[in-house]
Amino acid sequence: MKAVFPMPLHSALLLLVWLLLNGFSAGQLVLGLFLGWLIPLITAPYTDHQSRAGKPLLIGRYILRLLWDILVSNIEVARRVLGRNRKLNPGFIAYPLALTGDFPLTVLASTISLTPGTVSVDFSEDKRWLYIHALHIDSEDAIISDIRQRYEQPLREIFSC
Amino acid sequence: MDDVINIAVALLLLTGGFFIFVGSVGLMKLPDFFTRLHAPTKATTLGIGSVLMASMLLTSLRDGGLSIHELVISLFLFITAPVSAYMMAKAALHKKVEPLQRTRQRELSSRITRRQPPE
Repeated sequence: MKAVFPMPLHSALLLLVWLLLNGFSAGQLVLGLFLGWLIPLITAPYTDHQSRAGKPLLIGRYILRLLWDILVSNIEVARRVLGRNRKLNPGFIAYPLALTGDFPLTVLASTISLTPGTVSVDFSEDKRWLYIHALHIDSEDAIISDIRQRYEQPLREIFSC
Repeated sequence: MDDVINIAVALLLLTGGFFIFVGSVGLMKLPDFFTRLHAPTKATTLGIGSVLMASMLLTSLRDGGLSIHELVISLFLFITAPVSAYMMAKAALHKKVEPLQRTRQRELSSRITRRQPPE
């Protein structure tokens, strides 16, 4: 079972998304089943099996907060982009990570890139620092504590690590 | 009812258009590679998000039922946009693209390339 379907949940999800995108018919069902079997077989060796996301309520709250933050900070960035270049204060930030695990770290880095004004650039080798490029820095500490409270803490609770 | 949805769709398209426009302007006028990187990653999130929401409202109204395609598209965008931004930033650092002179902690860039922790 494990060898044929390394990740049954992923297979089911792939099938679902395939049917949602292509409409339901016998042919699409077969093709979806085939892809749902093949893709996890190829990607299974690369996935992070340690981190389990629990607490659906917290995940929902996290996503809602992220959407809200994207909305608010897009307006803020639009103002900066349309303003004068001279007033911009771009810079790199080294963010000390408390979060561990490949998947949680990917989620955090993606969150940071999605919220306007910051892009995650790279991790340090030991995965204890995340480098961020910010479009405008008023106070480095404010940005760091913002990320810590709004995203990293909730993620630590969700993945319980 | 139709009017309400039409107005909502028009407003969403206008907002989407505005933010995509700002993204393009940013791509043109921001001073260096790393600041320009911010413009397109942002335009996709709110700009494309609004356009997709408009499309979702309109197709749901026309065909009845809920149109789910747009939700899946935005999900994929949300997953892929940060990855491409990350790859571009990484590539730029390896090619030693110079950050703007007044970039704060400019000296970090060589440590990031070597993936060392900061001092």
